[in-house]
Amino acid sequence: MMNALREDLTQMNMVVRQLAVDTDLYTLPSTTIRTPDLEPQPVKIKARNVNVFYGEKQAIHDVSIDIPEKAVTAFIGPSGCGKSTFLRCFNRMNDTIEGSRVDGLIELDGRSIIDRSLDVVELRARVGMVFQKPNPFPKSIYENIAYGPRIHGLVRSKADLDEIVERSLRKAGLFDEVKDRLHDTATGLSGGQQQRLCIARAIAVSPEVILMDEPCSALDPIATARVEELIDELRENYTIIIVTHSMQQAARVSQRTAMFHLGNLVEEGPTEKIFTSPEVKRTQDYITGRFG
Amino acid sequence: MNSMLVTLVLLLLLGFAYQTGWSRSSRLAQVEGRLHSKPIYHGALVAIWAIVPALLILGLWALFGTATANTRFRTLTSAVVLASAFGTGAIGLYLARNRISARFRARNEVERIIRYLLIGCSVVAILTTLGIVLSLLGEALRFFTFVSPVDFFFGTVWNPRFSSVGTGSGDFGLLPLLWGTVMIATIAILVALPIGLMTAVYLTQYAKPKTRNIIKPMIEVLAGIPTIVYGFFALVTVGPALAGLGAMFGLDIRATSALTAGIVMGVMIIPFISSLSDDVIRQVPRALRDGSLGLGATESETIRRVILPAALPGIVGAVLLAVSRAIGETMIVVLAAGNSPYLRLNPGEPVSTVTVTIVNQLTGDTDFSSPQSLVAFALGLTLFAMTLVLNIAALFIVRRYREQYE
Ligand SMILES: Nc1ncnc2c1ncn2[C@@H]1O[C@H](COP(=O)(O)OP(=O)(O)OP(=O)(O)O)[C@@H](O)[C@H]1O
Ligand SMILES: [Mg+2]
Repeated sequence: MMNALREDLTQMNMVVRQLAVDTDLYTLPSTTIRTPDLEPQPVKIKARNVNVFYGEKQAIHDVSIDIPEKAVTAFIGPSGCGKSTFLRCFNRMNDTIEGSRVDGLIELDGRSIIDRSLDVVELRARVGMVFQKPNPFPKSIYENIAYGPRIHGLVRSKADLDEIVERSLRKAGLFDEVKDRLHDTATGLSGGQQQRLCIARAIAVSPEVILMDEPCSALDPIATARVEELIDELRENYTIIIVTHSMQQAARVSQRTAMFHLGNLVEEGPTEKIFTSPEVKRTQDYITGRFG
Repeated sequence: MNSMLVTLVLLLLLGFAYQTGWSRSSRLAQVEGRLHSKPIYHGALVAIWAIVPALLILGLWALFGTATANTRFRTLTSAVVLASAFGTGAIGLYLARNRISARFRARNEVERIIRYLLIGCSVVAILTTLGIVLSLLGEALRFFTFVSPVDFFFGTVWNPRFSSVGTGSGDFGLLPLLWGTVMIATIAILVALPIGLMTAVYLTQYAKPKTRNIIKPMIEVLAGIPTIVYGFFALVTVGPALAGLGAMFGLDIRATSALTAGIVMGVMIIPFISSLSDDVIRQVPRALRDGSLGLGATESETIRRVILPAALPGIVGAVLLAVSRAIGETMIVVLAAGNSPYLRLNPGEPVSTVTVTIVNQLTGDTDFSSPQSLVAFALGLTLFAMTLVLNIAALFIVRRYREQYE
C-alpha cells in the first residue's frame, strides 16, 4: 500500500518536474533520498554517467550519484581515485584546469550545469568551495569576507556589508575570536582560524551548496574538531559535500558516504550502512585500513 | 718572450704534474690497497701545487713588472722572472708529489681549494665594484675642489664653457641634466609599465602554453637589440613621426626630444617589466586564484582584486629595476634626446641627460685635470648612487615579497 503510494508520488514528482522544466521553474526536487535517522531528503545535485578527462587520461568513469539537500555527503577513497576531480565538477572548477573535459549529466535543482552556455559566475555563487589548504587572500579579515558579496553586487551600503561580514563570521564560529581585529591581515590567523575564515568567506555569498576538499587536512585535532562541529551546524541550511581521508571524520560528520576507487564509484549509501555493512568488499577493506 | 710559448710551457707543466700525481698514487694503490682519495684527486692536487705558484709570479710580473722594468735589462729580467716562475712550479710539484701516501686526504684538500677558488671569483665582482666607486670618488673629489658641491647639486644652469678649459670658470648645475633624466625615465615607465604588465598578465593568466612559448621569446628579443639600434630607430623613425603627428594637432614637437627618447626607451624596457612581472605573478599561489574563482569572480576580477595586489610588491621591485635601467641608458638619449641642457617642462622639447653629458664631457681632446672633464666623474657618481639606491630598494622589496610566500 505504502509502496504503491510512493510509486505514485514519484510519478507525480516526475510529471511536475517536467512541467517545471518546461515552465522554467527549477526549484522542485526531482526525487528524494531516504537516509535512516533523517527525513527523506530532496535531491540537490544529480549526476549521471559523468566522465572526466585530463587530456587523454580519464580520471572519472561513468559515475552516477544523487546528493541530498541539507545533508553532509562524504567522498572517501584512496589517494588519486578522483574525489577532488569529481567534486570540482559541481562548481565547474575543472574549467580552470588546462585540458580537462567533463561529459555526462549533472543537474543542480534539476537544471543542467554541464552546459557550456551556463554562467559559471552564477553557479559558483550558488555552489561555494573550501579548499584543502586554507587560502585567505592577503587582505584584511573583513575584506576577505566582503570579497564575494562585493563582486556579486549583493550589497548596497556599508552597513549591509558590515552585517553580512558579521553574520558570516558568526555562522563560521569565528566572530568572537576576531571581532577586535577585523581589519588585521587574514594571513596572521592560525591555520584553523584561516580555514574557518575560508568557510565564512564561502558562506558570505549565501550559497546553497558548499564543497569542501579535505578541509581539515592541514589542521590540528582541536581545530579539526571545531571545523567538524561547524559542518554539523551548517548542515541545517546548506548542502555539503566533503572529501576526506579520515574515516572517523566521514563517520562523524556525514549522513551519506560515497566510496571511490580508480575513478569509479564503488559504493554509495547512508554513512552508517557503509561503515557497518558495506556491500562491496573493497569498501570494507578500505574502511578497515586494509588498503589505500 | 713569446706569450704563446709561455702558455704552452705552463700547459705542459700542468699536464706533467697531474700525470705525476695520478700515476704515483695509482701505483701506491696497487701496493697498499685502497687509498683515502682517488688518484684523480692526487693528480689534481699536484697540478694545483705546480701551477698556482708559477701563475702567481707571472701574474704579479704582468701587473707591476713592466712599470719597474728598466729597458736595458728587459730581456734579462724577464728571463729571471720566467725561470723563477717555472722553478717554483717545479718545486711545488716535487713537494706535492712527496706528500702522496695512502692516508693523505687529497680529496679534502682539493675540495677546499675549489672553495677558495669560487670565493675568489665572487670577490672579483665585489672588488671591481669597489674599485669603480673608489676611482669615481677620487676624481669626483678633485672636481669638487674646483666647484663647490652646492653649486653642482643645486645649480640650475649647465654651461661648462669648453672654450675656457683650464680657467675653471663655467656653470656646472646638475639640475637641468637630472631633470632631463627624470623626465625621460618617467615617459619610458609610462610607456613600459602598462604594456609590460598587461603582457605579463596575458602570458600568465590567459595564454595557452603554446602561445606563451611563441610570444615570450619574441618579447625577449626586444631585450637583445643593441641600444644603439634603438637610438637609430628613435632618430630616424619615431622622432620624425612624432613631429609629424604633433604638427597634425598643432603641437610643436621636435624630432629629437624627451618624448622621442622616452617612448623608445619605454619600448626597450618592456621586456624587463614583462618578464620580471611574469615571474612575480607566477609566484602568487594558485590557491589564491582558485579561491577567488571559486567564489564566482571572473578571470579579470581575480586578476585585478587578488593576483595583482598580491604581486604588487614584486611588480614595484620590477619597475624600480626598470627605472634604474632607464636612468643609466645612454645610446638612445645621445641620439634622440636632442642634447639641450636646459630646464624645460615641455616634453616635446629637446633635453639632455646625465649620461649624455658624461659622454660629451669625456669625448674630444680634454685634459683630465680641468673641471670640464672631471665633472663627468661627479656625474657618474651621482648616477651610480641613484641606480644603486633603486636597485637595493628593488631587491629589498622583491625579497620581502618572496618570503611572504615561502
Ligand atoms: N590537473 C590535472 N592534470 C592532469 N591529471 C590530473 C590533474 N588533477 C588530477 N589529475 C589526475 O586525476 C586523478 C584523480 O585526481 P584527484 O586529484 O581527483 O584525486 P583525489 O582522489 O582527490 O586524490 P587525493 O586524495 O590525493 O587528493 C589522478 O590520477 C591525478 O593524477
Ligand atoms: Mg584531492
